[in-house]
Amino acid sequence: MPEREQIRRTPTERTESTVDDAPAISEAGEKLKAELDDLLDEIDEVLETNAEEFVRSFVQKGGQ
Amino acid sequence: MAIKKICGIETEYGIVHRGTTDPNPITASSILINSYLSQLSRSGGSAHGLPTIGWDFEFETPGVDARGVADWDAMPPEVETQMVNAVLTNGARYYVDHAHPELSTPECGDALSVVTFDRSADVIAERSMRAADALLPEGQSIVLYKNNSDGKGNSYGCHENYLLDRNLPFGRIVAEITPHFITRQLFCGAGKVGSELGLTAEEVPYQLTQRADFFEEEVGLETTLKRPIINTRDEPHADPQKYRRLHVIIGDANMSEVATFLKVGTTAIILAMIEDDWIQRDLRFADPLHSLQTVSVDLSLSSLLKLASGQFVTAIDIQRFLIERAIDWSEHHGFESVGVVAGPEILRRWQATVDGLATDPSSLASTVDWIAKLRLIDGYRERHDLSWSDARLRALDLQYHDLRPERSLSQRVGLETICHPEAIERGITQPPDDTRAYFRGACLTKFGDDIVSANWDSLVFDIGVEPLRRVAMMEPSRGTAAHVASVIESSNTSAELLERLGS
Repeated sequence: MPEREQIRRTPTERTESTVDDAPAISEAGEKLKAELDDLLDEIDEVLETNAEEFVRSFVQKGGQ
Repeated sequence: MAIKKICGIETEYGIVHRGTTDPNPITASSILINSYLSQLSRSGGSAHGLPTIGWDFEFETPGVDARGVADWDAMPPEVETQMVNAVLTNGARYYVDHAHPELSTPECGDALSVVTFDRSADVIAERSMRAADALLPEGQSIVLYKNNSDGKGNSYGCHENYLLDRNLPFGRIVAEITPHFITRQLFCGAGKVGSELGLTAEEVPYQLTQRADFFEEEVGLETTLKRPIINTRDEPHADPQKYRRLHVIIGDANMSEVATFLKVGTTAIILAMIEDDWIQRDLRFADPLHSLQTVSVDLSLSSLLKLASGQFVTAIDIQRFLIERAIDWSEHHGFESVGVVAGPEILRRWQATVDGLATDPSSLASTVDWIAKLRLIDGYRERHDLSWSDARLRALDLQYHDLRPERSLSQRVGLETICHPEAIERGITQPPDDTRAYFRGACLTKFGDDIVSANWDSLVFDIGVEPLRRVAMMEPSRGTAAHVASVIESSNTSAELLERLGS
């Protein structure tokens, strides 16, 4: 019996929290998108200069 | 009643020696670790005499099989005793394993502690790179990557360890934890561009995990060839009459603290539930290896997987069921076995994460590695109109795991942190206080000069008179600060300490 109650409770909580959080999620989504754009603007300075060569030469010995 | 889930993580880092025409990863790993140890020694800190303390292999038995039978076709892993092998004052082991530097965290009391010591390990690795670069000739440097694959079919591991009750039949562990290992990839996969099983970029542009491509068996002893979902190495590093150590080889190394926390935390809860016989349903998969790889390459998270019972489920269905059982279990048993602080936090984040996966996976870009990495790579791909086979995307993938702060991409994607920076710093030199790692670390700090060798379950002292004294530590939950801090503090010499301990 407790198990069945648990199953019922979980979807209810989820529905409620989805409704409550909806504006927050889209705001957070906007913010994340802006952050991603900023990161993509700057990323070339951080990236390895020759991607092809970097990827080709990244060879590891197998481990565990 | 489930026993306390003492746990830890071992990470093999990818290593690149730049600026040399003939790089050798074993040499580079040795240089890396020795550079760190000699810098510690020079700084004269709490690691006094440290580089001379070796690892004690006397009781290492990695070839013993938990199923109780020796499989003569299986190749037990070889222990390479001649390589660099140090014990740190935080209770960790830092060594060269195969051709990689490896750091094993000390034994930790709960998943929160494991995340902290895993982060401390990353900082040790970062400082090791800097120490090595200061010693290497101009133009050379050593770079570490906390990932599990080179994208060319070579893999190296990030293993977890959990203390289990020896009375638990091994067959039940296999049947009941495997469904979690197949489906926890949803939130603890570190993400990978492409496939290493010969599939094209059109077939598998990106997958959830680094490791799924490398598993070929359901159960077995190997860790380097024909890797099994369940590793049967039976080497408890503790009283073998009372304990097992489940050696988990299937996980990815995570950059996200939340992902590491969930990986270890959810697994600890499920193992405790298995000990308390609380799963109560046959979740065995009809074809575990096929399901493992299906989940890893399915970005829609909706593939139907066949259970041995004939039923079809999604990976999210399995996770939802396990969460329901975990809530029920915690209401009956409490969180003692997994930590009274960590336990509720694991459950809360586990639920929120699985709900996020079911409704909007992109909402988890600050906690789940494969989602954070995918968002970055896909954003870059769209901006530059690249195909999934473009080398630049693979470069981004590798650089996500670069441990140099000036190059790391995971440090730039906005991952949520849960460890306190001071706790991470403390974890570099000080042991956890709630397991036997405390005794190991505190003795090394205070009596390092007198310790001849160390191991997970013993310390060997040279107190100046014959013979050498071995102090056994067969109980992982003993030797805590509460047990031994005052006796270590009030002993002026190691001889005095041993006398008080009755050794």
